[in-house]
Amino acid sequence: MYGISQEQLDEIDSLLIHELIGVGVHSAIVVDVAGNVIAEHDNGNNTTIDVHSFAALAAGNFAAVDAMAQLVGEQEFSLHFHKGETESIHFSKVNSDILLITIFGNDISLGFLRLKTTEVIEKIKSIWTTTQY
Amino acid sequence: MGFVNVKKKEVLIKIVYYGPGRGGKTTNLDYINNKFKERIKTDMVSIKTHGDRTLFFDFLPVDIGKIKGFDIKIQLYTVPGQVKYNATRKLVLKGVDGLVFVADSQVEMREKNKLALEQMKENLAAMNKDIAKIPLVLQYNKADLREEGIPLLDFETLEQDLNSDLGVPSFEGSAVTGYNVVKTLKKAISLTMISFKKELL
Ligand SMILES: Nc1nc2c(ncn2[C@@H]2O[C@H](COP(=O)(O)OP(=O)(O)O)[C@@H](O)[C@H]2O)c(=O)[nH]1
Ligand SMILES: [Mg+2]
Repeated sequence: MYGISQEQLDEIDSLLIHELIGVGVHSAIVVDVAGNVIAEHDNGNNTTIDVHSFAALAAGNFAAVDAMAQLVGEQEFSLHFHKGETESIHFSKVNSDILLITIFGNDISLGFLRLKTTEVIEKIKSIWTTTQY
Repeated sequence: MGFVNVKKKEVLIKIVYYGPGRGGKTTNLDYINNKFKERIKTDMVSIKTHGDRTLFFDFLPVDIGKIKGFDIKIQLYTVPGQVKYNATRKLVLKGVDGLVFVADSQVEMREKNKLALEQMKENLAAMNKDIAKIPLVLQYNKADLREEGIPLLDFETLEQDLNSDLGVPSFEGSAVTGYNVVKTLKKAISLTMISFKKELL
């Protein structure tokens, strides 16, 4: 079992709220590779998702695609993107423990989203330097 | 690995049901899902093949209340049992906190039970986890079939085959009737919580 401090959680929350939800992302979730939800925020306007089920599936999906990467001789596919008619999902690896998932609509371009998530990932990496217990 | 969220005051725990294909892992979760409907706010997630076999996993989150002010959220998973899906089983085992091994008590399943348990050990070892250190409960499932005259392995044989080295808690059970399903889960949760309290509380 492990955890991170209140300060680390606060900093991650603030990043998700200001740098992702604040620029129009519908939902931003940090999960670990076991499928645990570390942090989650949404804009309150779009469909609310069952975040624990979502995290379990997202971690499983990411792990499955990672295993596929190895089969084709890649180290990893560091990001995945699923395009829907109105909602799209973007997955990216923060480090070997955690993933950042964003759900966003057609009003945001993929390029802009990638830029934003890359920035947020770098910041989360610098927050996620120690874990406890 | 269980995650403690000091901000939300919650602890997330992952318990995985492991065992040979068609042993009754999914049926255990179905029973728990029906029995504790009021505590389970969401639908069970099942990724299945067309033939209704588990393809990836089943997922069922159960809230069991508070310990020392923390909401304890138990996340139950099953692995796909078919031999060819070992890569997938490894993915589901990632970060596991506690295990229930569901054996099939039917006589012809004897070797399959042993093989599945052996492979579980190997899969854990590959993740640097020692089976002796992880909370584990054995369930000898399909006990109800005895009444129908179907030949079953007796308790002693199952213990000898599966539990002689491990020496962990074990129960006869029937996932279909619900016999010892909750008892198995409660034991797995309490063992997992004991190992957590040692680390944390
Ligand atoms: N008689 C009997 N059948 C069971 C029991 N548990 C599961 N089954 C049956 O065994 C089959 C496989 O069960 P399932 O839960 O899908 O197995 P899994 O592959 O381990 O997930 C199904 O047809 C179940 O109805 C049990 O306790 N008794
Ligand atoms: Mg199943």
